[in-house]
Amino acid sequence: MPPTTFRIWRGDAKNADFREYTTEVSEGMVVLDAVHQIQAESAPDLACRWNCKAGKCGSCSAEINGKPRLMCMTRMNQLPPGETVTIEPMRSFPLVRDLVTDVSWNFEVKKRIKKFKPRKPDAEDGTWRMQQADVDRVQEFRKCIECFLCQDVCHVLRDHHKHNEFIGPRFLVYAAALEMHPLDTEDRLADLKNEHGIGYCNITKCCTKVCPEHITITDNAIIPLKERVVDEFYDPLTRLFRIFKPKKPAESTPA
Amino acid sequence: MDQYVTHEHDVLVIGAGGAGLRAAIEASAMGCKTAVICKSLLGKAHTVMAEGGMAAAMANVDDRDSWKVHFADTMRGGQYLNNWRMAELHAKEAPSRVRELEAWGAVFDRTQEGKILQRNFGGHRYPRLAHVGDRTGLEMIRTLQDHGIHSGIEVFMEMTVIDLLKDGDRVIGVVGYDRERGRFRVWHAGAVVLATGGIGRAFSVTSNSWEYTGDGQSLAYRAGADLIDMEFVQFHPTGMVWPPSVKGILVTEGVRGEGGVLRNKDGKRFMFDDIPDNYKNQTADNEEEGWRYTQGDKSARRPPELLTRDHVARCINREVKAGRGSPHGGVFLDIAWIKERLPNAEEHIKKKLPSMYHQFHQLAGLDITKEPMEVGPTTHYVMGGVKVDGDSQMSTVPGLFAAGEVAAGLHGANRLGGNSLSDLVVFGKRAGEHAAKFAKEHGAGQINKQQVEEAIRLSLAPFDHGIEGGGESPYAIQHDLQQLMQDYVGIVRLEDEMQRALHGITLLKKRAERASAIGHREFNPGWHAAIDLRNLLTVSEAVALAAIERKESRGAQFREDFPDKSDECSKFNIVLRQSSDGSMCLSRQPTRELPPELKAIIEEQKS
Repeated sequence: MPPTTFRIWRGDAKNADFREYTTEVSEGMVVLDAVHQIQAESAPDLACRWNCKAGKCGSCSAEINGKPRLMCMTRMNQLPPGETVTIEPMRSFPLVRDLVTDVSWNFEVKKRIKKFKPRKPDAEDGTWRMQQADVDRVQEFRKCIECFLCQDVCHVLRDHHKHNEFIGPRFLVYAAALEMHPLDTEDRLADLKNEHGIGYCNITKCCTKVCPEHITITDNAIIPLKERVVDEFYDPLTRLFRIFKPKKPAESTPA
Repeated sequence: MDQYVTHEHDVLVIGAGGAGLRAAIEASAMGCKTAVICKSLLGKAHTVMAEGGMAAAMANVDDRDSWKVHFADTMRGGQYLNNWRMAELHAKEAPSRVRELEAWGAVFDRTQEGKILQRNFGGHRYPRLAHVGDRTGLEMIRTLQDHGIHSGIEVFMEMTVIDLLKDGDRVIGVVGYDRERGRFRVWHAGAVVLATGGIGRAFSVTSNSWEYTGDGQSLAYRAGADLIDMEFVQFHPTGMVWPPSVKGILVTEGVRGEGGVLRNKDGKRFMFDDIPDNYKNQTADNEEEGWRYTQGDKSARRPPELLTRDHVARCINREVKAGRGSPHGGVFLDIAWIKERLPNAEEHIKKKLPSMYHQFHQLAGLDITKEPMEVGPTTHYVMGGVKVDGDSQMSTVPGLFAAGEVAAGLHGANRLGGNSLSDLVVFGKRAGEHAAKFAKEHGAGQINKQQVEEAIRLSLAPFDHGIEGGGESPYAIQHDLQQLMQDYVGIVRLEDEMQRALHGITLLKKRAERASAIGHREFNPGWHAAIDLRNLLTVSEAVALAAIERKESRGAQFREDFPDKSDECSKFNIVLRQSSDGSMCLSRQPTRELPPELKAIIEEQKS
């Protein structure tokens, strides 16, 4: 392949712009390889995050030709041949430098979600019994590598900047994994409605489209959570029923 | 001189992989003010890459399993150079650590009865690895992370430690910088736990990320601690070999555990040709029996593809050298063939090995349910590291603890797959507990300002010699070191080649002194690479020196000039220490005699 030109976003929050670099592209290369090659050849201070280079850690998130993707899993031969490749940082988060953004907000959000609280063990030896069929869905959510591409593409965060009111698709998936965990006894529905802004999501499914782990974020996580919230707080029959229902115990008794 | 802030903690943990997080959780639970420093964002540490599973003799799948069998397997795999106390504690405590993860929210794959499922792996006599498909490491790190953020631990992300600080003999803190702003900081602590992982970045073909630059080994060494077993570097038999940009990325042993077979270009399953004597009793001698083993037949013996990693890696190397390899210099690993045996093989493979399917599909354009993969050895793990006490994980320097890959002893001359994840939590917990005790007993020491200032001065040196001032790009130096180690201290070793490597390292040290950085200090990867060179060079020298001293082939070390095991060499471990003139000095430390009850277990399990 001939040398390829890359337009890479360089600079910090105050002052940044595209700069062009040209490097040789060889067979099988991914975008992250090209970035590393540019670092070694002509821009040693070009900042980017990466770790595993195998799509497992979710560090090298960026916007490649305008699409949120992992640089390590985007092969050069998937991009239009001979054309300039544009690499930008995730636009939903404040820029630190070049391709590195300040994603600390995500770590703060996670702390606000009530942690896992298991029921009492099922067996005398302190272990639990769960069927594979009952954990399949939770395992799908737990594939998440926290690349935050779903947060990047979500218009509630990206365009409307509702970071204070909405936790974003990543943490709705996280909440769903906890809520649907067969052992969990915590109730997070009120928080989801009042604190975490689940109502902001209008299921455009952009998050699902960009998920490198192919988690069905909208259909399998967000919509069922929305349904639970609706059942709990907006269904007139349930509300009526709840008046007569005895209070739910904090933890169920062992089977 | 640069201004710096000082943080005060009881226990400071360096590294946020499985071992670091588990240590921090324990120290915090014991009432200590605890902090974790990590080079990357939280949850991105190398633990995330672990695929196959976590070895623990829970006997959920085969009730013949017990800690004794696990202990004997670990010792046999390590060729009896292991710290037997660590192997014993590990085998005994691993099941509780797995259950603890479940109590903290981990969701392992299940058996029919709803228990934690366990899978086969190389060198383990019975199915023993608790797992989640082929992303067990992600499950572990996320579980520890999500539990840890609610337990009062302070986390310093994207910060690098450049030196340990001492008060007399004792470690009392560290000096480092934040990568984002490039500002220096001091952490003052009652005890420090190293959980920094390995050294894979010293080699050109590796499954390890940029973080694996031997930081912990090198920090400990410079603080006067002993390193041990550094000659034992594990080359995982199956890394990707094609295309070039993905060379070295791991292909989990789980592929072979699920029935995958190795073939050369003639289609021959070459592993049947070379089964070591001490594994003959446990290894299938025909393909049919091997297949039955992978499908859970308890009367069958394991296929030779599931022999220990050192052995499989050497057999692959031999096939390639003999001209029987695959087109791109590896051999074939075939899981697609199981469609001859299983009705919905394609779905089965995708379910059991989802990230492998994904990885090959995305990066190599290959469908593993239809075609064989091409694989070859890749630098994966270092058995050696900081010498620690088996019970407390304290190094030879008071107040300095180590756990996980950076510590040595559990794995001896070769690590069994699956023993690493359990190592992290078993000894992470122990390190956290004993560091907390130490901090409570000893309080804080005095920080020596001069030491801090000297460390800062050295770190800033790369900015002083810009490229024009005779400086050199750190990337070029790192590249040359990786090539040198790969070529001369790799999977097959020879005395004169290793001497050449040592000579090369001396020259590279000179070049590293002139490594330069341009621009400013904010998130500057070139500067970070320049700082990392010192650690990489230290661990490279340690590996080469120890490998020359061990004049035999054992476990992960294969010497072409000494192809056999030697009795004499079975009696010592090699220790490296910094001498007063700054040079690396080497000594032989006799192995400790096994207590009779452990010896009896090993004898019992030999049959």
